[in-house]
Amino acid sequence: MNWLNPAEVGLSVRSGLADVGEGARLFVRLVALVGATFGRMRLVVDQLFFLGNRSLSIITVSGLFVGFVLALQGYYTLQRYGSAEAVGLLVALSLVRELGPVVTALLFAGRAGTSLTAEIGLMKAGEQLAAMEMMAVDPVKRVLAPRFWAGVLAMPLLAAVFSAVGVLGGWVVAVPLIGIDPGSFWSQMQGGVGVWADVGNGVIKSVVFGFTVTFIALLQGYGCKPTPEGVSAATTRTVVMASLAVLALDFVLTAMMFSI
Amino acid sequence: MQKSRHDVWVGLFVMVGAAAVLFLALKAGNLLTLNFDETYQVAAKFDNIGGLKPHAAVKSAGVVVGRVESIGFDDKTYQARVLLQLEKKFAFPKDSSAKILTAGLLGEQYLGLEPGAAEKNLAAGDTITQTQSAVVLENLISQFLYSKAAEPAAPPAQPVAGGAKK
Repeated sequence: MNWLNPAEVGLSVRSGLADVGEGARLFVRLVALVGATFGRMRLVVDQLFFLGNRSLSIITVSGLFVGFVLALQGYYTLQRYGSAEAVGLLVALSLVRELGPVVTALLFAGRAGTSLTAEIGLMKAGEQLAAMEMMAVDPVKRVLAPRFWAGVLAMPLLAAVFSAVGVLGGWVVAVPLIGIDPGSFWSQMQGGVGVWADVGNGVIKSVVFGFTVTFIALLQGYGCKPTPEGVSAATTRTVVMASLAVLALDFVLTAMMFSI
Repeated sequence: MQKSRHDVWVGLFVMVGAAAVLFLALKAGNLLTLNFDETYQVAAKFDNIGGLKPHAAVKSAGVVVGRVESIGFDDKTYQARVLLQLEKKFAFPKDSSAKILTAGLLGEQYLGLEPGAAEKNLAAGDTITQTQSAVVLENLISQFLYSKAAEPAAPPAQPVAGGAKK
């Protein structure tokens, strides 16, 4: 592209704006289809199985190890100040507020987002979506909306599993391995973790990330070039864009929720 | 509604997720310590509350008997006004005293309630007058320095190498 040619610059700006507009239109349609989607629960349940159940193993294992590492590292630092009992609080707060929603969203983008993009992209490349339109079946309603709402539902559940397993992993390292008193491990945690302020805000975060990751995956699949290269480029863009969006949104949400 | 062959597994997934949220709320969070017993409200005025926060425990003899409801500032007396919710089953004499204590070296601060000897008990809306503020490290240090300065000049310390010779 020649940046000195005003016509070409104008064209690229216009097509960029058109992409944003198309994305916004798709998002509004998907959100508006909430009633119609849950009216056909079977489609959502099938997608929940593929997005949720199939992600459960990677989420559980990662949560466990993140909990192990948090407890070990937290203990090394806290024991210098003679407050090793606070390791439970440290593990629980960092998981519930930040790591649970964020790491789950990143893993979800890699595990489930890519498969969504590739599936939709291949359906487009194989002209299945066009065939549906020919039969007066709306592909957004029939294919995209159940996947979207299943992703939005699965994300907070997966994030909660991640945090809960991480807290248990932290307990495994802190109590049996290091030998911290179990009573003060839990009581410090319960004294510092607020149900609404921390757990509730973590759930809100993971719902927002569920919308973000699933929508980006579907948009990339639906808007990809219907060629093998196009599908592979769209899959890559899903992971890159979803990860960046999650990290940037996390900063904004944290600043809004925990600034006071 | 049509049946799906994944119904059972998806149901299991949803139950696991819900159990995780419940675990976080009950075991990691403090939902269990919220009590639904009847309480009565008592106020206490402190010169300095240090790091006391709402929802901090109110303990007497080490047993939790209530929670700190809210903390405000009284611009008439320039004191902190702390509202406490005490459990109705525990009654305290009217001249009980409150002090702000710290759990452990770096632990959270809580309110200790020491019973007095009065015949009448604290009732809802009463104010605890005998209070002891939180220990503020800066004040302790400055008190220490003042008391040092007030002492007669101590004998000179051991001469620094090469410095004190005349």
